[in-house]
Amino acid sequence: MQVIDAKGIYYRDLNQKVREAVAKGEKEVLLKNVNGQYYIGDGLNGESTITIEGVPGNDLAAFMDGPTLIVKDNAQDNISNTMNSGKVIIHGNAGDVLGYGMRGGKLHIRGNVGYRVGIHMKGYKKQAPVIIAGGKAGDFFGEYMAGGILILLNLDGEKDSRPTVGDYAGTGMHGGVIFIRGEVDKKLCGAEVGITDPDEEDIKLLKEHLTDYCKDFNLNIDEIMKGSFKKLTPASLRPYGNLYAY
Amino acid sequence: MFKSLAVPEFLAKIDQIKCIKCKRCIQNCGWSVYAWGGDKVLIDTFKCVKCLRCYHYCPEEAITIEDNPVKYRSNANWGFYNIRNIKRQAETGGIPLTGMGSDMPYPVLFDSLLIDACQVTNPSIDPLREPMELRTYLGKKPAKLEFENGPDGKPKLKTKMPPQIKLEAPFIFAPMSYGSISLNAQKTIAIAAKELGIVMNTGEGGLHEDIYPYRSNIIVQVASGRFGVNPDYLNAGVAVEIKIGQGAKPGIGGHLPGEKIPLDIAKTRMIPVGTDAISPAPQHDIYSIEDLRQLIFAIKEATNYTKPVSVKIAAVHNVAAIASGIVRAGADIVYIDGFRGGTGAAPSIIRDHLGIPIEHALAAVDERLRQEGIRNEASIIAAGGIRSCADAAKAIALGADAVALATSALITMGCTVCGKCYTGNCSWGITTQRPELTVRLDPEVYAERLINLIHAWSHELKEILGALGVNAIESLRGSRERLRGIGLDSQTLDILGVKPVGR
Ligand code: SF4
Ligand code: SF4
Repeated sequence: MQVIDAKGIYYRDLNQKVREAVAKGEKEVLLKNVNGQYYIGDGLNGESTITIEGVPGNDLAAFMDGPTLIVKDNAQDNISNTMNSGKVIIHGNAGDVLGYGMRGGKLHIRGNVGYRVGIHMKGYKKQAPVIIAGGKAGDFFGEYMAGGILILLNLDGEKDSRPTVGDYAGTGMHGGVIFIRGEVDKKLCGAEVGITDPDEEDIKLLKEHLTDYCKDFNLNIDEIMKGSFKKLTPASLRPYGNLYAY
Repeated sequence: MFKSLAVPEFLAKIDQIKCIKCKRCIQNCGWSVYAWGGDKVLIDTFKCVKCLRCYHYCPEEAITIEDNPVKYRSNANWGFYNIRNIKRQAETGGIPLTGMGSDMPYPVLFDSLLIDACQVTNPSIDPLREPMELRTYLGKKPAKLEFENGPDGKPKLKTKMPPQIKLEAPFIFAPMSYGSISLNAQKTIAIAAKELGIVMNTGEGGLHEDIYPYRSNIIVQVASGRFGVNPDYLNAGVAVEIKIGQGAKPGIGGHLPGEKIPLDIAKTRMIPVGTDAISPAPQHDIYSIEDLRQLIFAIKEATNYTKPVSVKIAAVHNVAAIASGIVRAGADIVYIDGFRGGTGAAPSIIRDHLGIPIEHALAAVDERLRQEGIRNEASIIAAGGIRSCADAAKAIALGADAVALATSALITMGCTVCGKCYTGNCSWGITTQRPELTVRLDPEVYAERLINLIHAWSHELKEILGALGVNAIESLRGSRERLRGIGLDSQTLDILGVKPVGR
């Protein structure tokens, strides 16, 4: 394992060190004293696991293609921007615009997430990006979603009286699927969204993804699966089909 | 249902005496204007867009396409399109779409600018006999150069040069995605770019494997839909461009309807077949200059600072301040697309009424960056209505480092600027994905024509430089003193930073 002390290091130099370590074939990298440095894991490929102590800055894992990032604390905005593969695990809360244009890999967050999470996520061939958040989400959850899976668990509901998901969930959604644990108010969803109960296949899928999620955070899968889920899917693959005169 | 009340724009006619009934017009028309009626060719003139494919392929000169004389009663206020769009909207309730750049009669300032020439007091140069330098480098230039003595005792450059794009002439091909144009059209452009030592731009549709061999002549684009973007893609070309806006449709997103997304396009965009490819209007991770900086540097990190990053914006009212922000955000190139720029599909209401012309935008941006002392920090690409080498030379004199061509490149492939690209029926095989139409465009053959065009413009540019008495494009760049405005009001002259003719 290689340990890098990030204290007081400019992000560019820090990321250069990380890139060099990964290029050398280092499988385990530990970043200590991270304090808001941007772009950790940006464009990185390979199989390494990078553990981050402290709060990393924006654009964590942007364009990332393979590695695993583990954040022991909270994280900020734009995580997994256009990520291709790999895994990001956040033990705290995370900010806005997570998984923008994400095409593959996993983003697991233990706590709450902000606005526009899962915006324009895509699926492609075998790639199906997955974002799972343990808490609640802000407005525009899954906006323009074109593929992949978004799961919102509301695990700490009793401590927080806000609705599980904010306003305009799934606005412009034209692919993929959103699962929300608990009830969903139709009023909070975009016009392009249909709400149904998950079927057996869905439950199987949920269980599969949540088993992996529970392992990351030492949670009890049976407890989570006890709750009921709602499934949000696009009403049409062509939400704006009739907009134009030819 | 009665016949559409939107009258046809054109009347397609066949001279039955000349016609030899070879049916080529039927095969060639992408819009199905012609059909075989048993003993003669039948015509559905409502479908005619005057792309002239049939005319060119009729062996007997039997076809004429006329402007419909019955249009509507002429009226200086209620023009043809005003009336017809209302009728179409009454029939469909939809937004009328259009293709290509705006055809509205807004003034074109390039046509009111004249270029200087040498007489008596300074000699002109003959470009046929003396060297003329058109080579252009796009990217950030250092504010000063430092030298040190090398091991051999000779001075060598100490300053580390930021990454640059090398162009053999100050022309590039503007972004046109696979999806908006056919793969054969993209290939045509790629072959020409490589041969010419200039660059093309993928547009926002990803990079098809057939285009990969041309990677050293390609700028890859990242737009709000992030189609086909992964780390390999970012590193594939010579530069990465963030698309914020397009001159023909500033402030609105793109939208490739699902039925126009066959397997191959879906693969290149990395999306499932048949779903809409929606590019949201904004990039939702960019709500400010600070956010733009974040994406610029996310890309620089992902490409290890080896590629210049360009930011493409539409020319809008406040373009100078925006461009200054873009440069300060770390962009190496600012690409400004004037409102007359082309498009594969845009609502006509947007195309014809939003944005500002490239001439004003370019002059304002160049001036602003100079005033702020950051002009060297980024190169400027001007686009949106460059119709000739004269436009290109004037744009360069107004401050552009290079100009981008799209419509003029398509014209070399047969395009007649009929403006119906959004239908996906282009008879020339350019803005269509229908295989029977795209096979018409043989990339090797048409690349030759495109190469000819750029060679011709390069010769013309050298002639202009020679007449100006300079021997490098660098000497014309931003040299507004060599331009004069004719018939322009003093405020416009002031914005352009040029004197009136006679002064
Ligand atoms: S291409 Fe010309 S000659 Fe041939 S069928 Fe058509 S109109 Fe007649
Ligand atoms: S590309 Fe084709 S459809 Fe578009 S203007 Fe040119 S000829 Fe017409």
